[in-house]
Amino acid sequence: MILSREEVKHIAALARLALDEQEVALYQEQLSTILEYFGRLQALDTGAIPPTATVLPIRNVMRDDEQVLSSTPEEILANAPAADEGCFSVSAVLET
Amino acid sequence: MKYEAVIGLEVHAQIHTRSKMFCPCPVVEDTGDLPPNTYVCPVCAGMPGTLPVINRRAIEMAIKTGLALHCEIPPVSCFARKSYFYPDLPKGYQISQYELPLCVNGYLDIETEEGTKRIRITRAHMEEDAGKLYHMGDGSSRVDLNRAGVPLLEIVSEPDMRSVAEVIAYATRLHSYLVYLGVNSGDMEKGVMRFEANVSVRPAGSDALNPRHEIKNLNSFRALARSVAYEIESQIATLEQGGVIVQQTMGWDESRGITVPQRGKEYAHDYRYFPDPDLPPLEISRAWVEELRAGLPELPDARRARFIRDYGLSAYDAGLLVAERAVADYYESTLSQLASAAEPKAVANWITGEVFRLMNENGCTITGAPPPSQLAELIDLVQDGTINLNTGKRVLEEMFTTGRSARQIVEERGLAQISDTAALERIVAQVLNGHPTEVTQYLSGKVQLFGWLMGQVMRATQGKANPQLVKELLQAQLEARRSG
Repeated sequence: MILSREEVKHIAALARLALDEQEVALYQEQLSTILEYFGRLQALDTGAIPPTATVLPIRNVMRDDEQVLSSTPEEILANAPAADEGCFSVSAVLET
Repeated sequence: MKYEAVIGLEVHAQIHTRSKMFCPCPVVEDTGDLPPNTYVCPVCAGMPGTLPVINRRAIEMAIKTGLALHCEIPPVSCFARKSYFYPDLPKGYQISQYELPLCVNGYLDIETEEGTKRIRITRAHMEEDAGKLYHMGDGSSRVDLNRAGVPLLEIVSEPDMRSVAEVIAYATRLHSYLVYLGVNSGDMEKGVMRFEANVSVRPAGSDALNPRHEIKNLNSFRALARSVAYEIESQIATLEQGGVIVQQTMGWDESRGITVPQRGKEYAHDYRYFPDPDLPPLEISRAWVEELRAGLPELPDARRARFIRDYGLSAYDAGLLVAERAVADYYESTLSQLASAAEPKAVANWITGEVFRLMNENGCTITGAPPPSQLAELIDLVQDGTINLNTGKRVLEEMFTTGRSARQIVEERGLAQISDTAALERIVAQVLNGHPTEVTQYLSGKVQLFGWLMGQVMRATQGKANPQLVKELLQAQLEARRSG
């Protein structure tokens, strides 16, 4: 398989996913299949095709620099699992 | 062995637009005074299903900055997602730019002791700022998203700097450019400009690029200078003791004056950039670029050259005046309001001398100095002989502390110069009569006493006498006594 178990665990850690050993094996296989497919695309000669960052035919979607107030702090915090003094409250991040 | 430092700088500059980078929430330069989460909407709070839309003015200001820094503006630019988890980043990724930044391949010239040096700029790209975290010390942290989504321009230099002095010269010049361009206020205390320094050392003259330490989150020129100096010294010491430098991210401990390795961020560089599907690429037409170029203000280098050419200033004085846009504006405003024919050079001397000194003493910037109209009035009073230069300096001090005009101070305190020949003649005669010993000594050859006698006359007039006139009268009366 293209992906090692270690790589799967690393990707899971980046996405903050806790996987058990069975899941690691499952995703190792699934993700490897996907990568293999991309490997086939890789083999195509795309020399004559410009790099593509989007499939949409639109460009330059911009807005004017104008202010709109759309939400109150209460609305913004409404779905927060925990709030404190108008702030989102989260577990402390270790500052090292 | 002799070592040299190799330093590159990443500068994060806030772009002071009215609204945020991807949503219409207001931008305030200092969110410290604002109740938390006041200027936050579903877009900058990272709610699912929202769509960011690019702020045109932020793009324009970024391109203008790039043009001022002699960058190329590629025809296509693209936003990318930089993924990492941190509570101040609501979406779990920061919208930034990776492969196709707005500006590439520029430079900034700095002045060093050896002359002008060119610092190459690799790229300048746009991104959004994160929120603010407050650590409560009880196992929790508070998150305020007022700052989240504020436009930032990240300006990345090549590792072209070799000393702390060059780093500071580059950072201050860049700061000056950003203020001239109106990108932000330049107010460092409000965090509008933040630095990251990449520092490595190598044997002097070598071309090697050794593993570097990346010092994060430097918010002042002082922290930048101290941390880079510390890194250079400690890396050289490590190498001299046979140690090895490993590539590492460091934090700056201001109170202890040392850099410390940042642990527990082993995934920090695994950002998995990819083009943001929410944001269609930008196609930047040459016409748009030229329109923006035409709208560039006069930049410090050009203004300095003009000051030297048009006002006859020395390169040094011109450099002092243009370093800050507000000071250069102050100088030209003062010149334009003069009623007398005072020389531009004399006005420059007033500002770089007395005004700067009093700004230092009063701990204020040029906005705290008497306005240009009042400085012009003071210089006029000196120029037309109403007061002498020394009195003028005293009056300026009083203008700083009381905020009153030069004319008011001169009138109320009776400081007008005494140019009345008859009155001065009497005072000179009194002084000479009062100091017969010194007069005799002078006349028998101790000519250096002239200055002392002159001082006595000035003192007798509380410094108000016209010094040129006093000199003439004193000479005449002393000579009269010689023959008498």
